[in-house]
Amino acid sequence: MRYLAPTTLEDAVHMLAEDPGDCRVLAGGTDLLVRLRSGHAEPDSILDIKRINALREITGEEGGWRIGAAVSGAEMREHEGLCADWPGVVEAASLIGSTQIQGRCTIAGNLCNASPAADSVPAMVAAGAVARIAGPNGTRDVAVEDVPQGPGKTCLEKDEFVASIFLPARPEKSGDAYLRFIPRTEMDIAVVGCAVSLTLSDDGTCTAARVSLGAVAPTVILVPEAAAALEGTKVDDGALEALANACTKAANPIADKRGTVEFRTHVAGVLARRAANIALTRAGG
Amino acid sequence: MSKIHVTTKINGDPVEYLCEPDETLLDVLRDKLGMTGSKEGCGTGDCGACSVTVNGRLVCSCLVLGAEAEGTEIGTIEGMAQGEALHPLQQKFIEHAALQCGICTPGILVAAKSLLENNPDPTEEETRYWLAGNLCRCTGYDKIIRAVLDAAADMREAS
Ligand SMILES: Cc1cc2nc3c(=O)[nH]c(=O)nc-3n(C[C@H](O)[C@H](O)[C@H](O)COP(=O)(O)OP(=O)(O)OC[C@H]3O[C@@H](n4cnc5c(N)ncnc54)[C@H](O)[C@@H]3O)c2cc1C
Ligand code: FES
Ligand code: FES
Repeated sequence: MRYLAPTTLEDAVHMLAEDPGDCRVLAGGTDLLVRLRSGHAEPDSILDIKRINALREITGEEGGWRIGAAVSGAEMREHEGLCADWPGVVEAASLIGSTQIQGRCTIAGNLCNASPAADSVPAMVAAGAVARIAGPNGTRDVAVEDVPQGPGKTCLEKDEFVASIFLPARPEKSGDAYLRFIPRTEMDIAVVGCAVSLTLSDDGTCTAARVSLGAVAPTVILVPEAAAALEGTKVDDGALEALANACTKAANPIADKRGTVEFRTHVAGVLARRAANIALTRAGG
Repeated sequence: MSKIHVTTKINGDPVEYLCEPDETLLDVLRDKLGMTGSKEGCGTGDCGACSVTVNGRLVCSCLVLGAEAEGTEIGTIEGMAQGEALHPLQQKFIEHAALQCGICTPGILVAAKSLLENNPDPTEEETRYWLAGNLCRCTGYDKIIRAVLDAAADMREAS
């Protein structure tokens, strides 16, 4: 195995494109190194993107935030501007693993690992986040919900990688939240995850919403019917009931040792309602 | 496989080593450098027995490649006591009997030191969450938490 550690984006693109064998991008390594050590991955090369300074930064852009693919969860939590605008995305990223894992894990890695239960992905989807993908033909921007294609599968070509994640500007009176259900209080994989992002008008009417579910389908899903249940309402009991029903309907989970189909389907609705309430409070509703 | 030459600092001292591209920092520390204080409990990021700091950030050294340490500063359990003088956390772990078999102890001490550097006055809840990635099969955690909170109080008084 070769270890490659480019210091510029151009070099990284070039190395990945030129590599004849199986070359894996290394961000925090909290998924990749586990797989490497267990023999589930045997790449010919590893391309470490952490020495590329441009990918280590959180920068303001058009009123929103661009998060480099090598920024760790701990660094996100320490960024005041990001926490103020997107508390739901930051809380979702903060749920990944332990303090030790937080010191390394990235949301781009969480996305590219393409687990249906990835915690930060529903929050990014609800936020309307966009992944900037770099490759030999330049960069392209893809909505986060379109990146995962199935468990462990993404829309990335072999010679492409995610350079950054963009979180758009936040209108006044907006809020987001992410909740997951796990059997323990920390260090566990989501049985169900749900993120809600919404914006209110001055009179408290919901003018825009996005709702996303994790761990109830082969990929994290955007649930437009759930968003529609909130839009145009005051996010009152009736709207929350409709939201919960839409999420329960959209959930199409498998049964495993962590939860039955019935349980997961029910919890999807319960979490949606609770997450919407938190997002509402954060929006000042 | 061609070996990679790495220059780094461990507990303040300049260190150089050669490692394989797929060798973890934990294996380098233990097998190449003879620093066996960091333990391997799981090798999958779950137990925290291998905790070290890289550029001040608490991480699992079993999930870091030796090659990634190039140009960084690493802190391990071996850097905790100053000669014969134990760190207050180490002293309190003994006083509170916060260890039994001791396998988890180096990792927990490194993690607790990192907590107190970030937050000199943590609540019990903050302490428990910070240390959630450090598993202990013996103590039941309570004595560990008491020892950390007691050390924190002493260290605040001393500073
Ligand atoms: C103890 C433990 C607890 C965990 N708990 C959780 C949890 O609670 N919730 C959760 O969601 N996850 C959890 N995880 C999984 C993991 O930490 C996350 O998925 C994390 O976000 C992965 O990020 P990373 O930067 O470490 O990815 P890496 O391991 O570096 O990469 C993951 C995958 O994505 C690819 N990749 C990484 N970056 C890019 C990029 N920029 N472009 C293209 N491909 C890329 C890699 O090649 C690899 O296939 C846990 C892992 C461990 C070890
Ligand atoms: S040995 Fe590294 S976390 Fe268990
Ligand atoms: S003292 Fe034995 S594992 Fe903690």
